[in-house]
Amino acid sequence: MRAAVDLFVRRRMVNALNLGLAVAATLFGLFWLVWLLWTLLANGLPWLNLTVFTQITPPPGSAGGLRNAIVGSLMVTAIGVALGTPLGILAATYLSEFGRASRLTPVVRFVNDILLSAPSIILGVFVYEVVVLRMGHFSALAGGLALALIMLPVVVRTTEDMLRLVPDRMREAAAALGAPRWKVVTLVVYRAARAGIVTGILLGLARISGETAPLLFTALNNQFDSTSLDKPIANLPVVIFQFAMSPYADWHHLAWAGALLITLAILLLNILARLLLRAIRSGR
Amino acid sequence: MSLVSTTEHTRLLLRRGLRIDGLFHGLSAAAAVLVLLVVFGVLAALLLGALPALQRFGFGFLISDAWNPVTDDFGALVAVFGTLVTSAIALCIAVPISFGIALFITQLAPAWLKQPVATAVELLAAIPSIIYGMWGLFVFAPRFAGHVQPWITDHLGQWPLLGPLFQGPPMGIGMFTAGLILAIMVIPFIAAVMRDVFDIVPAVLKESAYGLGATTWEVVWQVVLPYTRSAVIGGVMLGLGRALGETMAVTFVIGNAQRLDASLFMPGSTIASTLANEFTEATGELHTASLIALGLILFLITFVVLALARLMLLRLASRQGTVG
Repeated sequence: MRAAVDLFVRRRMVNALNLGLAVAATLFGLFWLVWLLWTLLANGLPWLNLTVFTQITPPPGSAGGLRNAIVGSLMVTAIGVALGTPLGILAATYLSEFGRASRLTPVVRFVNDILLSAPSIILGVFVYEVVVLRMGHFSALAGGLALALIMLPVVVRTTEDMLRLVPDRMREAAAALGAPRWKVVTLVVYRAARAGIVTGILLGLARISGETAPLLFTALNNQFDSTSLDKPIANLPVVIFQFAMSPYADWHHLAWAGALLITLAILLLNILARLLLRAIRSGR
Repeated sequence: MSLVSTTEHTRLLLRRGLRIDGLFHGLSAAAAVLVLLVVFGVLAALLLGALPALQRFGFGFLISDAWNPVTDDFGALVAVFGTLVTSAIALCIAVPISFGIALFITQLAPAWLKQPVATAVELLAAIPSIIYGMWGLFVFAPRFAGHVQPWITDHLGQWPLLGPLFQGPPMGIGMFTAGLILAIMVIPFIAAVMRDVFDIVPAVLKESAYGLGATTWEVVWQVVLPYTRSAVIGGVMLGLGRALGETMAVTFVIGNAQRLDASLFMPGSTIASTLANEFTEATGELHTASLIALGLILFLITFVVLALARLMLLRLASRQGTVG
């Protein structure tokens, strides 16, 4: 009797201890999030003003903003999305529609999942070797291409998941009405999965917005205004990196303002994507 | 007459539909093949670019700790060592924490708290790595050097076996700091996988254990974990894959020193940080080739780790009969 009670107490204590540790682990994880966001707000907010958007990156010691970097980031990201999205949707269409029975499909799916987590800096080196060396100089186009390669697997993965959620009944109903395959896919499947596909694009966009490593070797940087695809272009992540690593206080301030800007944009994209996902879930 | 033209018209329509079908099929297949081509293209480009270094140093490249652009003598040991050590530190911290978070979300938290906590942890993954780097360098490192590091060096530094790991001046930056920040960055990935797979454990299994009088901890440790073991390992390896290739955060805080040091508090470098620092400034052909060779090593390591991770995750999925 005595031993049984002891065992009971010990099991309860082990249970309480471990569950307590689980709560502590959760608080530990959230602690860093709060600290990071607080740091960003405290250091970035005081320097985030109108001149950040209206003036170009200054030489050390004089006032300036991040206009050229913001414009450059938007351009490079737009190229990435413009290249990555259609290719990703097409590849996902093959995986979930045309290539269902193909032996290629599981292989592509497997490789895509690896590409999804592959180091982005390696993709930067790849684009450097293939594009930058051929062209002979860094360029906005090369930067966009590197981002497209990072975006591609994200879009493939989410789009395929969303296309597979569309019930086969709908495909069969359309086919029974005599619709050719391409009409079934574009008018029925894509339309049914539209919100999900947009979510995937938003998530991919969020992923590439903060990428720095691949841009170091491709878009490089530019102190001045440039909208040429053929020339090096300023972009927020690389400017932040350069300014943060510099010894100048006013460059640090701009770096923090840029960091806050980028994080806010990415958090916004994430929230949008989440809201869309929730709408999809509650819609079925 | 009109009947004939109608069938003719139908046939035309049908033929056009089939042609567009074929075109669409071909295009989508080409896009799918492109995904494969990217991965193999990366491999080929890295091999080609690394060739001069591989020819010059051969297998010795892997075990040489030299890194001297002036004398054109390069080796991968320092960077590979730094990559493996920081990733190992990251996993040592991130795995138990992620397990705790997944346990909290799936078994302990009241329903209204689950989603907010899960979302907050996922937000850790949304923050760009350059932000982690700035925070690590400007905010975390000075506090770590001022308050925590001296204490650890004074106490743990005297231990017989572990001591040398924690010696050196309190600089704040170094391999330990890099590992810790990597841990925070991979926690959301590992925790998300653990949470998802803990949720698919059949309720009947858990309830049988509860019915026999098991405590929550016993259910998790003896029912949930064994059931999901392969996927949990897969999730951990997914996190490892992330940690190995993480660039910007590490570049900020590791100190970027090309030397081997037993102490975790000393600066070092990883493959990714070396690339980020030196690639655009490399002058000699051999320097560039050696950097690309480092990239090749990183690519091969992460490829193997991520492939194993996927296989582990697929094992649970195939047993489940669903794709996870």
